[in-house]
Amino acid sequence: MTKVLTDARSIRIKGRSFLALVLSPDLPLDDWLVRLDDLASRSAGFFLDRPVVLDVTGLVIDKIQLKDLFEQLAERNVRIMGIEGARPSMLGPGMPPAMKGGKPAADVEVKQREAVSEDAETESEAPAPADLQQGRPAAQSLVINEPVRSGQSIIFPEGDVTIVGSVASGAEVIAGGSIHVYGALRGRAMAGSIGNSASRIFCRKLEAELVAIDGIYKMIEDMSPALVGQPVQLWLDGDSIMASTII
Amino acid sequence: MGKVIVVTSGKGGVGKTTSTAALGAALAQNGERVVVVDFDVGLRNLDLVMGAERRVVYDLVNVIQGEAKLTQALIRDKRLENLFLLPASQTRDKDNLTTEGVDRVITELKRVFDWVICDSPAGIERGATLAMRHADMAVVVTNPEVSSVRDSDRIIGLLDSKTLKAERGERMEKHLMLTRYDSVRAERGDMLKVDDVLEILSIPLVGIIPESSDVLRASNMGAPVTLADARCAPAMAYFEAARRLRGEQLPITIPGDKRGIFGKIFGRKAA
Ligand SMILES: Nc1ncnc2c1ncn2[C@@H]1O[C@H](COP(=O)(O)OP(=O)(O)OP(=O)(O)O)[C@@H](O)[C@H]1O
Ligand SMILES: [Mg+2]
Repeated sequence: MTKVLTDARSIRIKGRSFLALVLSPDLPLDDWLVRLDDLASRSAGFFLDRPVVLDVTGLVIDKIQLKDLFEQLAERNVRIMGIEGARPSMLGPGMPPAMKGGKPAADVEVKQREAVSEDAETESEAPAPADLQQGRPAAQSLVINEPVRSGQSIIFPEGDVTIVGSVASGAEVIAGGSIHVYGALRGRAMAGSIGNSASRIFCRKLEAELVAIDGIYKMIEDMSPALVGQPVQLWLDGDSIMASTII
Repeated sequence: MGKVIVVTSGKGGVGKTTSTAALGAALAQNGERVVVVDFDVGLRNLDLVMGAERRVVYDLVNVIQGEAKLTQALIRDKRLENLFLLPASQTRDKDNLTTEGVDRVITELKRVFDWVICDSPAGIERGATLAMRHADMAVVVTNPEVSSVRDSDRIIGLLDSKTLKAERGERMEKHLMLTRYDSVRAERGDMLKVDDVLEILSIPLVGIIPESSDVLRASNMGAPVTLADARCAPAMAYFEAARRLRGEQLPITIPGDKRGIFGKIFGRKAA
């Protein structure tokens, strides 16, 4: 059931979200670059050491023009980590990868530069932390440190829900992502509720009234008696809910 | 300032009124000033269990509506001079209980008494939420059977959301009072086990009260069981529970446990 890697030095791959600045150029590009220079002169180093994504959604340019834009930006020390809204044909080797699924965050305000400073390093740090903190997107996981009682419902479409405790009969947990219950799952659990079939449900003791993943339901009567009362994980395989015990 | 306890359950007939009277008398027997308040407007019972039914003149609703002063409505117990009852109205509608009125009465009672014990009506409606609103701690009365346990779970959820303490972001102290515990039926497996109930509700246990004819006998006499016969098993269990509510650490005994004295479970508590 579980594959064990014998090599202790396994590669760790983690997901992490960062707040990137998004630049959305408009035509004509020459004018836009003039405005960018103006911005940069008022706030030196604003783009230094920052992840920047270029959003070209709706921009009518070809591959050559896009490549030229990258070079112009590189000359200004603006390094693009990814590109959003470009047709695959516009991208190629030597170009940043396409990005999608970005979530909007608060606009970043560019602070007026107070005095001319030679030290671009420190200058670039100044506006960064405060401004970017505020623009951070909402957390994608919710941790509940107490039991979910009968009659209560926890609804979190943004992502995963972890319950450090039990989910009572007559209680429900609805998550956009996976559901983790470090206790008995006696109520209802619905994972992947906004259409995420990769979501799973984990619990220390399965006594659920109902489980659902991405809209596919299963009642406790439909489950193998061998799983009831056991630590179990549930996932979706096509249109059926699969379950197995976990250690 | 006195402490406010709500005795609540969700499910009806599990022993809230019996427990309110028994705990109130037990605390008063220890010399503390106690008032028991009946919130069961329309179905009042506490006056009967306290043996005060013929002395009810004014009630909680009269006080809230400004038709009587609090001192006029309070009934002093015949046996214990520091035990009082604030009865509910039998005739009035429960809509007469206003939030502001209850606020005012409880605030006044807290100033005079060491303990204000509120006997909640069954259910999760307005009467029950008003009874729990001012509580500093809750005694959740539960019988060892599935429907009672589930209703208690529901009530615990309300205690953590619908009370002043919850609104202020504080934690409500909750205690599980397992009543009508029948050791013979437990032995046969006809009832939920103590551990099962604790595992489901995960709040600390304050007492296990055995099923006993002494309870009915006491209520027929019009006396809290702790006053009717202080030596009977349910009375002793209530005395111990009262000491735990005062903060004493006492081991809990499961009534009728074959292991007898060695069956005591120390520090039995749930997370
Ligand atoms: N430990 C016990 N042993 C035997 N009988 C009991 C015990 N506790 C309560 N009873 C009986 O159960 C019945 C219900 O008790 P009580 O009135 O205290 O419950 P309640 O929770 O207040 O009910 P309601 O929800 O109607 O207000 C009464 O007849 C009472 O005598
Ligand atoms: Mg009652």
